[in-house]
Amino acid sequence: MKLFFILISAMLINNLILSRFLGICPFLGVSRKLDTAVGMGISVIFVMILSSTAAWFIDALLKVWGIEYLKIITFILVIAALVQFVEIFMKKASPTLYEALGIYLPLITTNCAILGIALLNSQLEYNFLESLVNAIGASVGFALALVIFASIRERLEFADIPKPFAGMASVLIAASLLSMAFMGFKGLVKM
Amino acid sequence: MRVDNKTIWKEFTKGIIRENPTFVQVLGMCPTLATTTNAINGFGMGVATFIVLVLSNVVISSIRKVVPNRIRIPIFIVVIASFVTVIDMLMHAFTYELWKTLALYVPLIVVNCIIMGRAEAFASKNTVKRSFIDGLGMGVGFTTALTLLGATRELLGSGTIFGITIWGNALNIFVMILPPGGFLMMGLLLGMFNAIGQTKKKA
Repeated sequence: MKLFFILISAMLINNLILSRFLGICPFLGVSRKLDTAVGMGISVIFVMILSSTAAWFIDALLKVWGIEYLKIITFILVIAALVQFVEIFMKKASPTLYEALGIYLPLITTNCAILGIALLNSQLEYNFLESLVNAIGASVGFALALVIFASIRERLEFADIPKPFAGMASVLIAASLLSMAFMGFKGLVKM
Repeated sequence: MRVDNKTIWKEFTKGIIRENPTFVQVLGMCPTLATTTNAINGFGMGVATFIVLVLSNVVISSIRKVVPNRIRIPIFIVVIASFVTVIDMLMHAFTYELWKTLALYVPLIVVNCIIMGRAEAFASKNTVKRSFIDGLGMGVGFTTALTLLGATRELLGSGTIFGITIWGNALNIFVMILPPGGFLMMGLLLGMFNAIGQTKKKA
């Protein structure tokens, strides 16, 4: 039951973008069109699950050796290496998938959501299964918010906006409304 | 060789106004929105980022000739991550309360696009001195933006600035402290700066 709570809470209540403010850069960057948003969303789900699995094992290893203070450096390096590895592997194994996700993969290295969830799992001392469920929930929530927002933004393109607010300003205000909508999920799960 | 003071001053002020990382380049949004629930948190986050930015700019520009081009990005990341670890431990030791509220966002300075962006776009191509000045300017610009955003949100949300009561609880808009308020205030401030910029251009 706890796993289910973690899943729902990571996906909706503590949505990565809209309430934790992680991964805002890709959120604002690739949400202009729906299909790029879908591509980015799937890539994030994929990398997030892999990287938090890897990060969990590394965290355990660092704890055994008593060098937890190296956590930040090792996590970021492992994530960067993992993304590279996934990219090379995908190019060989599935060129069609590579074509679809290729451009987003390198961007993910600097996505704070990936590192954020890895650090969060270690901070909350989740066990392996909980970490995995948290990563799945968080990344699906990320993709969900991204896709919803991309659909909103496609409409926003045609709206008649006062000149100073054109561009990023109106996008942020629209994000605020979406975030307010997601606040409605608060209280869904009592932890 | 002496670099005249005017160029240095220009290098410094560009980070604060013309190329302000937050309001003009719209970089590093995650900590900007997440930590500015009040002025003190925003200021603390700004200063932490500022220190990392200056130190990593200096180190990266001083090793720029030794680092092979192909593997420069992993090396930059290691340099930045080391400084972030140092800051994280220092904050844990000396400003425990702030460290606890900022929590996750201190280690996440590593992936702040501003730092990587300045390393890649400026420090890897310029002298140590100029990179130092650039880091100072960008850092001050970022800190100012975060403090401004934090102060506005705190004022509207709880009627105080830096914990000092301005108009008390009478006019609270509680949502300003919550996540949607972050997006909203950032959007409004961005619009305001755009408006000022556009009227200036016309004049």
